Amino acid sequence: CVGEEIWVDSRTVYIGHKEPPPGAEAYILQRYPDNRIVSSKYTFWNFIPKNLFEQFRRIANFYFLGIFLVQLIIDTPTSPVTSGLPLFFVITVTAIKQGYEDWLRHKADCSINECPVDVVQQGKVVRTQSHKLRVGDIVVVREDETFPCDLILLSSSRHDGTCYVTTASLDGESSHKTYYAVQDTMAFRTEQEVDSLHATIECEQPQPDLYKFVGRINIYKDKEEPVARPLGAENLLLRGATLKNTQHIYAVAVYTGMETKMALNYQSKSQKRSAVEKSMNAFLIVYLCILISKAVINTVLKYAWQWSPDRDEPWYNHRTENERQRHMVIRAFTDFLAFMVLFNYIIPVSMYVTVEMQKFLGSYFITWDEEMFDEELGEGAQVNTSDLNEELGQVEYVFTDKTGTLTENNMEFIECCVDGNVYIPHAICNGQILSAASSIDMIDSSPGGYRREHEDLFFRALCLCHTVQVKEEETVDGIKRGIHQGRPTSFYISSSPDEVALVEGMKRLGYTYLRLKDNYMEILNKDDDIERFELLHVLNFDSVRRRMSVIVKSSSGEYLLFCKGADSSIFPRVVSGKVEQVKARVEQNAIEGLRTLCVAYRRLSECEYQEACHHLNEAKLALQDREQRLAQAYDIIEKDFVLLGATAVEDRLQEKAADTIESLHKAGMKVWVLTGDKMETAAATCYASKLFRRSTQILELTKKRTEEQSLHDVLLSVDCLDFGLIIDGATLSAVLKANQERAGSGNYREIFLEICRNCSAVLCCRMAPLQKAQIVKLIKASKEHPITLAIGDGANDVSMILEAHVGIGIMGKEGRQAARNSDYAIPKFKHLKKMLLVHGHYYYIRIAELVQYFFYKNVCFIFPQFLYQFFCGFSQQHITMETLKRDPSLYRDIAKNSLLRWPVFLYWTCLGVFDAVIFFFGAYFLFDNTTFTSNGQLMTTNTQMMFGNWTFGTLVFTVLVFTVCFSLPWTHTTGPGSITLSSGGLS
Amino acid sequence: MGKEEQELANRPDNTAFTQQRLPAWQPMLSAGIVIPGFVLIGLAFIGIGVALFITSRSIQVLEFDYTGVEQNSPCFNCTGQKVLNCVCNLDFSIDRPFTGTVFFYYGLSNYFQNFRKYSVSKDDSQLYGDITYFKSPSVTCSPYDYDSNNQPIVPCGSIANSMFNDTFKLNNINGSKVDLVPLDGKGIAWWTDYNIKYRNPSITPLKNAFNSNTVKPIFWSKPAYELDTTDPANNGFINQDFLVWMRRAALPNFRKLYRRIDKGLPIGNYSLAISYNYPVLSFNGRKKVVFSNVSWMGGKNEFLGIAYLVIGSMCVFMSIVMLIVYAKFKFPEED
Repeated sequence: CVGEEIWVDSRTVYIGHKEPPPGAEAYILQRYPDNRIVSSKYTFWNFIPKNLFEQFRRIANFYFLGIFLVQLIIDTPTSPVTSGLPLFFVITVTAIKQGYEDWLRHKADCSINECPVDVVQQGKVVRTQSHKLRVGDIVVVREDETFPCDLILLSSSRHDGTCYVTTASLDGESSHKTYYAVQDTMAFRTEQEVDSLHATIECEQPQPDLYKFVGRINIYKDKEEPVARPLGAENLLLRGATLKNTQHIYAVAVYTGMETKMALNYQSKSQKRSAVEKSMNAFLIVYLCILISKAVINTVLKYAWQWSPDRDEPWYNHRTENERQRHMVIRAFTDFLAFMVLFNYIIPVSMYVTVEMQKFLGSYFITWDEEMFDEELGEGAQVNTSDLNEELGQVEYVFTDKTGTLTENNMEFIECCVDGNVYIPHAICNGQILSAASSIDMIDSSPGGYRREHEDLFFRALCLCHTVQVKEEETVDGIKRGIHQGRPTSFYISSSPDEVALVEGMKRLGYTYLRLKDNYMEILNKDDDIERFELLHVLNFDSVRRRMSVIVKSSSGEYLLFCKGADSSIFPRVVSGKVEQVKARVEQNAIEGLRTLCVAYRRLSECEYQEACHHLNEAKLALQDREQRLAQAYDIIEKDFVLLGATAVEDRLQEKAADTIESLHKAGMKVWVLTGDKMETAAATCYASKLFRRSTQILELTKKRTEEQSLHDVLLSVDCLDFGLIIDGATLSAVLKANQERAGSGNYREIFLEICRNCSAVLCCRMAPLQKAQIVKLIKASKEHPITLAIGDGANDVSMILEAHVGIGIMGKEGRQAARNSDYAIPKFKHLKKMLLVHGHYYYIRIAELVQYFFYKNVCFIFPQFLYQFFCGFSQQHITMETLKRDPSLYRDIAKNSLLRWPVFLYWTCLGVFDAVIFFFGAYFLFDNTTFTSNGQLMTTNTQMMFGNWTFGTLVFTVLVFTVCFSLPWTHTTGPGSITLSSGGLS
Repeated sequence: MGKEEQELANRPDNTAFTQQRLPAWQPMLSAGIVIPGFVLIGLAFIGIGVALFITSRSIQVLEFDYTGVEQNSPCFNCTGQKVLNCVCNLDFSIDRPFTGTVFFYYGLSNYFQNFRKYSVSKDDSQLYGDITYFKSPSVTCSPYDYDSNNQPIVPCGSIANSMFNDTFKLNNINGSKVDLVPLDGKGIAWWTDYNIKYRNPSITPLKNAFNSNTVKPIFWSKPAYELDTTDPANNGFINQDFLVWMRRAALPNFRKLYRRIDKGLPIGNYSLAISYNYPVLSFNGRKKVVFSNVSWMGGKNEFLGIAYLVIGSMCVFMSIVMLIVYAKFKFPEED
């Protein structure tokens, strides 16, 4: 069953559809889908049944369909048209809307599927349509073209076998990313050469992670053993990305059509439902009960009343033969259904449509808000879903990311320290190191030569140990930064702003990183000489290791490994160097809220280097568990460091971040900061942003101070009023894990939650992205079921944004992933204040009034009919925006869904019944045996209320419309449109 | 350049609507406004209430039950089984003259014209004079759509079938001189009913339209085209009495206009000759006749005047309470 396993775990792609030489491996023909993208939901044939099925899955639609069918089948007081027409209208409008959207999708699919693609066949370039592409085809893509499917880069027009790609349409990052061709094929220049390639690619089956790819290319040369090369995400060009700054490339298709990573990421987000919608459903159930009991009461009373023979069938109202023969039970049942139909309007038909319309149109107020428009970005707030508008007024917990959210993520190099000597660059210094003047901690008194050596190594390390690219054109989109005196046309681009800040800081200290050319990194040192280092390996940064390394060969032939990373990940691996001095400086910087990195190096002998190469290549070639193997290899290589020094980069707070946090606090919200940063830095940011005040007593629950044994004591010995909690990722997982293992003895989860609830602010540092989501989930699932809001800017916040009730993305510098996955996207953190305190407040009040008003209106409408059965047989905001912003505590008024609680609901319902009684009996007494017109005609003679246009009914109904409409502006706030809306809803 | 344009395109409009700054009227409900306001509203209501109440009191209403349940009732004899063409006389006298136009109603109680099945038991197309519906009445008319010989009934349905058929003659007895009081039956139905909703087929004579294989309603003694023998124009579906009956009452105790007495009723003795045909005892119903005149506000209705008086005095009372509270606590100016 081995073949089966291979089939499941990986796929073999035959480049150019050539079979491998016999005996290499069994030729298993695999079937792949063609390159057709289908984003549409319906086809011409299944549109009507499928769309109807989906619409009637909504309870409200189904209910009205049921009422409509009852009206069709039995003889009821109202004609089927009365419920059929609105239902038909709603269904048709929705169907037309969905049909139109689908038609647009069809059109878009069509244009994508039919766009021309150049394919190499028999050594010639043949033009075909995109949807005819097959896995294994060799594709030619030219500059500024979009990749038609997921491709493995074989060769590029650039001599170093790289190509530049922008993935803006995939993840919003507009910076150029470099992709690499397979070494053995990068020399191919012409179609004929590419076509002569005989190779297979083995890779994993398609999966949606954009940044993960594991594969292997086997190149067969004449009668030699095949050469295997590793393939990673850096070789995989994704569908949807665009080729930039490269004339053309040759690449082979590995995933096509619906199996491309872009298509796999189409999956829609799970639907979030607001608390208002939930309580709306609860109210509906109550009304359904009222409806059923009304119908039952009426049916019972009908038969009780008809008990006396003179009432059952008076001579003037004989039954038909048919009716007489019908069985009593069937008669009673049809009567019951008829009463149900008569009173069915107590459940508002138009409510769902109106609420949806209100939300949809209302959401434009967020997009229209000028105060939430950011000049710098040129963009305002975005609304990705309008379902959660009112939830913005209900938030109790705010989970915020630190970097890029609370802080600007605009890094500035502040200082560095080599062995305890501090170097501070000045903006105006041109290649002058002001080291001696600004050295603060001159603890070191070692000979100058030694110091000089470390200094050189330190600056070189920072110039070499990074993944920064140099862009030499102005026209490139992306993050432009830095002042480029002398060389205004080049600037640095990187996915990490820290790195750019460091390289730029180095430039100001006299060491300029020039470029990476043919695997040689060029540095212009302070003596204006160009130094060249051969780049051998890059040990990429990852959030678990929290460090990155490069292995370079200097011009003198030395092998050097430079590593930079978080202090906690560097210090344990250091064997020599001025650890104490550097550590002291790092801690001091961290307290000041600076981001610190430590730099270390290791000299490798030829033998050590070969060993390291062996480890790395083996891990890179692995098809399974590659991540894990790479981590192991890195662990072996990154050891026995010599500590060089540390750097400090400042990440400034976003403007008005402190003011926003203070307002949220006053509004009764609990603000938690969840960050991957280290505790000291995060705590400093918290103080700066007034999350912690000087008076706040801080409880620390970190690995450094608390071991698991003492966790229990700390958690139980807490009693204080205003305190903040700091917890780190490791402790947090210990808290949560302890619960799972020993559920009986110590339920830390509950105690932890209890403490958190009493804290005014909580800071969670050293968090992995998934842990952020776990925290949100933990709070969501706690007893009170509070409404949570998560706000973040980076890809690492996506999980928490998706988990929280309301997810807000900041259009930040780390790409647009968070904004894309969020429910609302805002340009800056400060906009959160208006979003919650003003928009949230308004939306909540509006929707609450609307829903209650709907029920009130329907009670008023239906109750007179119920009573009748016994006799027949403007634009004001209640609080202005400024007040709301000035006084955040007003937010507490509407917390906990206060306007939609049962007492309020009861109030509205009773008001509805009361008004209905007044209307009915008012009209009843007025009409009681009196002439009403001056020509003596009796108005009372002309009534049948169920049919609408007869006098008694008309009068009651008219009074009702007036009262119900005027009750709105007088008692409540909604907005100018509400009266027209409600009048429309009534009729 | 391009960037600037893009910014302009993305920038939201600065209008009062998009920025939610539409002008709003915010009433400041301070004591200085509320108390005088309440007094004014209260006084206005009391004024209207008094006017309505006095007017209502000045309206005269005279009502007689002639069902004949009691033995001493003049129509007791007519209530027996199988009494045909019974006529009974109801004598009464008027002490205060009825001024202006007097309206003469008949009233029925415990009569449910608002039964759902009953109220729809008619064919509007037929009553609009559409001859094709003469042959096939609507199913809503069942069981009065076809008679036992399967002949279509015109006008069909329970409402028409149960049309009130008591007739009245009012005599003024002045000693031995008996004067017939002229009763005006014109224009007692609704204008819309007479001119729009109901129409006779455009066949002359009217009789021919009905004679083509249709039968009169089962309980009727005369066909529709002979309802009023004195005035040929007052026949068929536009007969005033028929129109009045066809407008169903909303409540089980109701009145319907029978005739108008344009010159009023002076003081004197009167005798009402009732031709008693309509059976009501089987369902415990009552029949009565009512004479009433009207004022500018319509018929006699004390409820409206009382309602205005109650609300008005409540407003005044509330303003006094508020004044006392205000004087006692002297609230500082609301902020």
